[in-house]
Amino acid sequence: MSLLVFLEHHEQALTPGSLGVLTRAAALDPDVAAVLVGGDDLVALAREAGRHGAATVFHATDVSASPLPGPRIDVLADLVRRIRSFDTILLSNSVLAGDIAAGLAARLDAGLNWDLVDLELRDGEPVGTQPMLQDSVVAEVGWRSSPRVALFRPGSFDAVPSATEREPAIESLTVEPTPHTLAARAISRTLHTDEGPSLDAADVIVAGGIGLGSAEGFDLAEQLAGMLGAAVAATRAAVYKGWYPASAQVGQTGKTVSPKLYVALGISGAVQHKVGMQNSKTIVAINKDPHAPIFEFSDLAVIGDVHTVVPELVELLRKHTG
Amino acid sequence: MRIAVCVKHVPTGTLRMRPEGGTLDRNGPGELNPTDKNAIEAALRLKESADAEVVVVTMGPAAATESLRTALGMGADRAVLVDDDAVAGSDFLATSRVLAAVLDRESPDLVLFGQQTTDGGGAVLWAAVAERLQLPFLSQATTLDLGDGLITVERETEVGNDSIEATLPAVVAVSDAINEPRYTSLKGMMAAKKKPLDTLTASDLGIAADAVGVAGSQTVVLGVGAPPARAGAATVEDDDGTAAQVIFDYLAERDLV
Repeated sequence: MSLLVFLEHHEQALTPGSLGVLTRAAALDPDVAAVLVGGDDLVALAREAGRHGAATVFHATDVSASPLPGPRIDVLADLVRRIRSFDTILLSNSVLAGDIAAGLAARLDAGLNWDLVDLELRDGEPVGTQPMLQDSVVAEVGWRSSPRVALFRPGSFDAVPSATEREPAIESLTVEPTPHTLAARAISRTLHTDEGPSLDAADVIVAGGIGLGSAEGFDLAEQLAGMLGAAVAATRAAVYKGWYPASAQVGQTGKTVSPKLYVALGISGAVQHKVGMQNSKTIVAINKDPHAPIFEFSDLAVIGDVHTVVPELVELLRKHTG
Repeated sequence: MRIAVCVKHVPTGTLRMRPEGGTLDRNGPGELNPTDKNAIEAALRLKESADAEVVVVTMGPAAATESLRTALGMGADRAVLVDDDAVAGSDFLATSRVLAAVLDRESPDLVLFGQQTTDGGGAVLWAAVAERLQLPFLSQATTLDLGDGLITVERETEVGNDSIEATLPAVVAVSDAINEPRYTSLKGMMAAKKKPLDTLTASDLGIAADAVGVAGSQTVVLGVGAPPARAGAATVEDDDGTAAQVIFDYLAERDLV
């Protein structure tokens, strides 16, 4: 196995998802390499990759200075075809990484398994774990091709820096963009000015549903999120009622998240929502209805009124943090 | 100009595996994948302002004709179905090969995709299809503007809002936030019955049978099992107002506060 991990970075930081995948890859292959495209403070980014297990970091200057997938597909394809014959390319899913994985798979005729939550070796062959059918079953999936592409659900692995500082070898690449890469261009990018952590990166998410009762009810979710350092999410039903922005929607038609802690406030747990959050490590649900489906997949099921329990919990947390 | 919209016929309601395992049971009732309607709607709106022909394209069993009729009922002009036992069981890569072959034959100026499918398949198919056609692609579009040989798109990603453009011909995947798809009127459905619907096979497209279907797939499902159960789940009732303390202790024990 020779593994190559694509590292996504924004604002001079590698994404937690990329570092999680790198951590897992390093456990499977001590010689794992990583690839970075663009980036201002290359040495700092490469060191961070080294701390998470990368033996080699390939770096390609982004010739077109584009945030789009094309230049990254060009770099990965060139690397695998020309520089070193990696047999498995791993990415943590995002808008960018999903497009890269699919484009790369087509260019290399490499099998793509996506939405993976784990990868292991069995008799030397990689086997992926993929929840299917709205996560009601879990499949083991394999590849017939080499190279192969593995796209992981964000939050599948914790990013664990190693105790021993490792200085990765940095190798620079120059890759000519293909004509169709150059045919897509970025005109402008306005970065989100987040007050709290983003849903994709958050270790803790506080989510609200219809049980919060109103747009004002989401103040409760925000207060609790403030105390837990959490991002706020909403169900489709709550978004549909205009109580919270669509960008915070978790579920089948929204984002898929798997934080360390997911606190569900007044959420029934319909399949549409469940598929977006059930891989969270710990799920705490508060709901008045003892028969709410969410209790079937919660670690701590609290049968109670969010409007009494949450303010009390916020108060306890406030006392705790002093 | 010609706009092609790639759509999928997906099972309605609860998804099931076939008894022999490994693949989805597609024998039950099906429908046009909901977010594909956003792509059709986007195409129809472009058609209103530009002189365009809208062609819907899919690969699937004969039952997929229903979804194509829905698309034609919304206002698309023509439909193409690739229905062939040889393509059944195609994985992501094989599916992209078939769609790219149909699109190559249609040579549209613009190819549109919906955001995702409800059956968990091919969420990022557009990028693979674009790559095979060597066309630029843009994803997550919340607006579409056709200019002189250009398509301009606004979109939101995890990190920010982008304004991006591509030279035509191009492939664009639209977000489900781009529009509210129209309903199919009875009149539309009546008209749809008279619109052309072509059925093609792999060999019509010049694709060898072993390049698609199970034989042409590069991924394989090795086994399917139940998801791991959540161990040690606990329930607390807030009859006496102590639930908040129970939650706090639970989180504190796990270093989550």
